[in-house]
Amino acid sequence: MARVVVDVMLKPEILDPQGQAVQRALPRLGFEGISDVRQGKRFELEVDGPVDEAALARIHDLAESFLANTVIEDFTVRVEEVAEAAK
Amino acid sequence: MTARIGVVTFPGSLDDRDTRRAIRVAGAEPVALWHKDKDLKQVDAVVLCGGFSYGDYLRAGAIARFSPVMDTVIDQARAGMPVLGICNGFQILTEAHLLPGGMLGNDHLHFICRDQKLRVENADTAWTADYTAGQEIHIPLKNMDGRYVADRRTLDELEAEGRVAFRYLDVNPNGSLNDIAGITNAEGNVVGLMPHPEHAVESLIGTGRTDGLPFFTSILKKLVTA
Repeated sequence: MARVVVDVMLKPEILDPQGQAVQRALPRLGFEGISDVRQGKRFELEVDGPVDEAALARIHDLAESFLANTVIEDFTVRVEEVAEAAK
Repeated sequence: MTARIGVVTFPGSLDDRDTRRAIRVAGAEPVALWHKDKDLKQVDAVVLCGGFSYGDYLRAGAIARFSPVMDTVIDQARAGMPVLGICNGFQILTEAHLLPGGMLGNDHLHFICRDQKLRVENADTAWTADYTAGQEIHIPLKNMDGRYVADRRTLDELEAEGRVAFRYLDVNPNGSLNDIAGITNAEGNVVGLMPHPEHAVESLIGTGRTDGLPFFTSILKKLVTA
């Protein structure tokens, strides 16, 4: 088993009101010096079998067609190191 | 001879009954369609109604877009069948890339429910022919994810080609770019909007106005005279 992580973020030019709400709450909590917050989604996929190039390509297709809407979001796909080390 | 207009029910759809009723009030024959069926029962047009299909998990409309019924709806829409998406239906149409752009959470982060003034910008589509361009109408609006977004090039294209079908007037209720409430594809057979015309077809209820009825009479006339 190995883990592949897909991170999905709104494209930079798209307004993120949730991130803004978080950013505005920070000074009240005593956190100063954070000028911007963007909120995204993280998917952890537990993969049966080896994460070879073919598996990564399939996950890339899945991320592009389903996990992210590329009209409004960007995504990255990576194999998680910790899962690799624990194997 | 009348027209058969399908209304798809997904798990989490809310307005399928109201939509079927609106179709009947307009004089057409409503046909219930089920999300698991690829078969469209030989309908002449399809309405994707409002609600929270599949709980709006992942993104509004994202999971519904991959349902069996949508495989057929997407094929048929590309072949010219009229399709109207209302609210969640509009979100499904953008997720299916039958309409450009995407839908995100309202900029104020609250659910909104109000009587919304709109201007009809395009009265040449299959679903808007019974309006006149520039007409101002009142239609109920209720949504969480109603913010229409698209990149600058797409917006410019929509504006240049007259494909903004409806625009919010007086108040922009959700932060939609260019005050866009609804759009059409280039062919005019696929239309999506956030407000709910099916809730404004009888004077007894809702706004007391019937400003939403022309959606359903427009499509009936188009199909019967076709």
